[in-house]
Amino acid sequence: MLYLFLALPFVGAILPALAGNNRNLGASLAALAPLAALTGLLLNAGPIFDGGALVASVPWAPTLGLNLTVRIDGLAFLFAVLVLGIGLLIILYARYYLSARDSMPRFYALLLFFMGAMLGIVVSGNLLMMLVFWELTSIASFLLIGFWSHREDARKGARMALAITGGGGLCLLAGILLLGNIVGSYELDVVLAAGDVIRAHPLYAPMLILVLLGAFTKSAQFPFHFWLPHAMAAPTPVSAYLHSATMVKAGVFLLARLFPALSGTELWTLVVSSAGMATLLIGAYVALFKHDLKGLLAYSTLSHLGLITLLFGFNTPLAAVAAVFHIINHATFKASLFMAAGIIDHETGTRDMRRINGLWKYMPHTAVLAMVAAAAMAGVPLMNGFLSKEMFFAESLHLGLSGIAAWLPPLVATLAGVFSVAYSVRFIHDVFFNGEPIDLPKYPPHEPPRYMKIPVEILVAVCVLVGVAPAWIIAPLLDAAAGATLNGNLPDYSLAVWHGLNLPLMMSVIALVGGLLIYAFRHRLFSLHERLPEVDEKRVFEGLVRMSQGLAWRVTRVFENDSLQDYLRAMLMALVLALFAGLWLSPVDWRLPQMLPVDIPTVALGALLVVAAGVTALWHRKRVFALLLLSVVGLVVSVTFIRFSAPDLALTQLVVEVVTVLLLMLALFFLPDSAALESTARGRVRDAVLSSLVGIGVGAMAWLMMTTDVPRLADWFMAQSVPGGGGTNVVNVILVDFRGFDTFGEITVLAIAALGIYALLRELYLKAPELNGRGRPWAMETHPLILEVVSRPLLSLSLLVSLYIFLRGHNLPGGGFIAGLVTSVALLMQYVANGVSWVQSRIRSHYLAVTGIGLSVALVTGMGSWFFDRPFLTSAHGYLTLPVIGKMHLASALLFDIGVYLTVVGATLLMLSRLGRVSTLDRKRGGH
Amino acid sequence: MELLLSLAIGWLVACGVYLLLRARTFPVVMGLTLITYAVNLFLFASGGITDAGAPVASTDGPWTDPLPQALVLTAIVIGFAMTAYIVILSLRALGDLGDDHVDGDRLPPEDQP
Repeated sequence: MLYLFLALPFVGAILPALAGNNRNLGASLAALAPLAALTGLLLNAGPIFDGGALVASVPWAPTLGLNLTVRIDGLAFLFAVLVLGIGLLIILYARYYLSARDSMPRFYALLLFFMGAMLGIVVSGNLLMMLVFWELTSIASFLLIGFWSHREDARKGARMALAITGGGGLCLLAGILLLGNIVGSYELDVVLAAGDVIRAHPLYAPMLILVLLGAFTKSAQFPFHFWLPHAMAAPTPVSAYLHSATMVKAGVFLLARLFPALSGTELWTLVVSSAGMATLLIGAYVALFKHDLKGLLAYSTLSHLGLITLLFGFNTPLAAVAAVFHIINHATFKASLFMAAGIIDHETGTRDMRRINGLWKYMPHTAVLAMVAAAAMAGVPLMNGFLSKEMFFAESLHLGLSGIAAWLPPLVATLAGVFSVAYSVRFIHDVFFNGEPIDLPKYPPHEPPRYMKIPVEILVAVCVLVGVAPAWIIAPLLDAAAGATLNGNLPDYSLAVWHGLNLPLMMSVIALVGGLLIYAFRHRLFSLHERLPEVDEKRVFEGLVRMSQGLAWRVTRVFENDSLQDYLRAMLMALVLALFAGLWLSPVDWRLPQMLPVDIPTVALGALLVVAAGVTALWHRKRVFALLLLSVVGLVVSVTFIRFSAPDLALTQLVVEVVTVLLLMLALFFLPDSAALESTARGRVRDAVLSSLVGIGVGAMAWLMMTTDVPRLADWFMAQSVPGGGGTNVVNVILVDFRGFDTFGEITVLAIAALGIYALLRELYLKAPELNGRGRPWAMETHPLILEVVSRPLLSLSLLVSLYIFLRGHNLPGGGFIAGLVTSVALLMQYVANGVSWVQSRIRSHYLAVTGIGLSVALVTGMGSWFFDRPFLTSAHGYLTLPVIGKMHLASALLFDIGVYLTVVGATLLMLSRLGRVSTLDRKRGGH
Repeated sequence: MELLLSLAIGWLVACGVYLLLRARTFPVVMGLTLITYAVNLFLFASGGITDAGAPVASTDGPWTDPLPQALVLTAIVIGFAMTAYIVILSLRALGDLGDDHVDGDRLPPEDQP
């Protein structure tokens, strides 16, 4: 039931969309969910008034201490009634406030979304769960302030509110995590009962500050108060609802909620009361000088929030009661004032009090309502505001402080009271009297639609009823809420209009008289105020935003300077750091172990490699020469493989070398074959140092790897090769059998690379150079005769060789990879010797298709094993004796190897033959 | 011998990285090729180097470790595919950007917001 209650507003948010353009239906549908929730709540309120609570709990993530606990006690009940009740009135009011251009379903959906989030905060019985809803209200507030998203002030105000409250939310998260850590639970019941443990804990101070930061940002307490006036860019129903009655009360709600757990220390008193006092005074003072109707109300809201905070800061049970009472009163009179301001704005087209004057004549009904509400705000007797303000005055006198400190609270309280009376009087006198209206956009103003005033009337009636007969109207609710706030230790207090002639009454009188006096001399004060330097928090905030943007931009430019070379250098430096840190930190044995003895040929080979690689690097600008030396390096590498008994590798490397050099040669046809010196000497030295460091690091790794004894799998593979894979060439057996899945992945990569190249070469026409590097024109003759003649018989021969290599691969060095590469080289030779068109007219093969078939063969072979209930790529084998070749091993692995072979051939030729065509086409297009 | 091989690997990497840092595409491709050689040798060396025979089970032992060889074999082929891809990419860049600088045509830095 309780979960349904919590879910209702969220579900209800969808309903208004069903109404289409029917505005009355839309508003009614929107009101449905809150009405149902409110009714349900009131019907089940019995136990709450007896001091109990409605609780339901379901574990959500119990290891994190996160339970879905709904807990409605007196305080939560009070807030829930405010949220739902005022929400309902706002829905009715907004129906008439919104113009036809505004999207009503969107507005109501956001409003109900907010309502659900706010309800979630107040009824959460788990602090983590409350935090989730807390963040939701920030988001809802952002969306609602920015509802008129075409207006710049709305967007900026929304962003500011989100930045401040969102930042506070993060602090609150940290604070609550600390709190949960101290207590050992996030459940509210446990936390509230653990006040003594919390206050004695060493982490109490940081935790308290973090939690208070969350509360102060949300409730716009000094120095975070400035977002609230800018949030007034929102539509007035939003201002009335979120930014006076409910959301900004979330902060003070948090103070009330955690009052038994956190309060009672000097730190609490100091921080909370000074923030409250500062906000109270600043808000009350600035409100007087605001010409904008909503601006005045916004600062007055600040001041009242400060008052409530200050009351909690007083740290006494009676002050807490007064605070809760003032929460109720402020919500009622401020929401009605905002709605009245909205009506005036709606009917006159402006909110500037210098232009709105003398509206009494035009809208007397609204004027009466506004006057009553303003009287409540000023604390006039027989209004609800008077009662809570008197409790505030009384509390400020009974703090038990000594010396000057004892004078400060009553003084501040009275001063704030004076200003509060003054701006209330200004609100009434400026708007409804004070001569004739000046230059109104809508003239003459008239009374709003009947139903637009009903919400105001209801709230004003509450103000008066509470003010006149507090003991009957509000006492039970206040008892329940204040009792819950104080965790059951409710002090004796009296709710009466008349307490006799005492000091608080004197203070009230001073405030009233002083306020009237100040208003009477307002013109002199205004000119004084205008001479004061103006602090524009918005400009400071926007400046901060711009500054951080600029900083981010500069930092980004440092790292992202559009130079790939610099990125690469940075990455290599990181690599060097990682390499050397790893070598430094790990226990490494650098002693020279027993090594394999060197022999002269190997040393000579090494020297050749060093020279060839070094010269390649040094003379890279003479490109053809460098390429030739590069191929020397490749040859040395393949000889190295032979030297260390790896015939398969040597074969592969050799053939790949041929293909690579061919490819690079083709590329050089388009690229300039020598390049000018571009880098500076200093840059080259820097790069040389960097690359040497990388080289030293990698060399050291290689050294360590070779000299460290680790267990190897060699013996297992050697022993299992024949019985398990049916072949004696263990390398090939590993490739097509033991690690066949790897190989399958690798040929897939090969095919993908070929496809990528195919795509890159489409529609690519490069301008073929007319001249070579020395300025001579390229020869346009047909291909050399001897090469042509020799290559043709060589083709069949090399195909035969590749077949041989393929077939023997399972037992002796060879196999699909090598055979495929040999075949490719043989065919490429035809391209080189005879030209692309000659070959293409004779071989009508689509290399793309060959690649695909190769991959499919490998895949199907692998899947074949499924039919025998074996895992993917299990191989089976038998023996077959063929003439000439001899006893042959027939294994499913052979089929797989065919797939490898086809993929290699297809991919390689796809890569190279297409490149040949680019140049051919270009030459033909060039007119040759 | 181990020392010789590690020196060779280190040297190949150093030369390759130096070329990788050049401004034009062709030396970058050559540098990558050099690094490919080095990496293949590196992987090969991970099995340790011996004077033992090729890992063919029909011959008499001792044999060298076949596993790194199998890994390097595919690495060679993949390395080739990568080199080919980079070559074609650089040609495409040449065709589309009209320049063989690794950054293509240098764009003017964006205006500060």
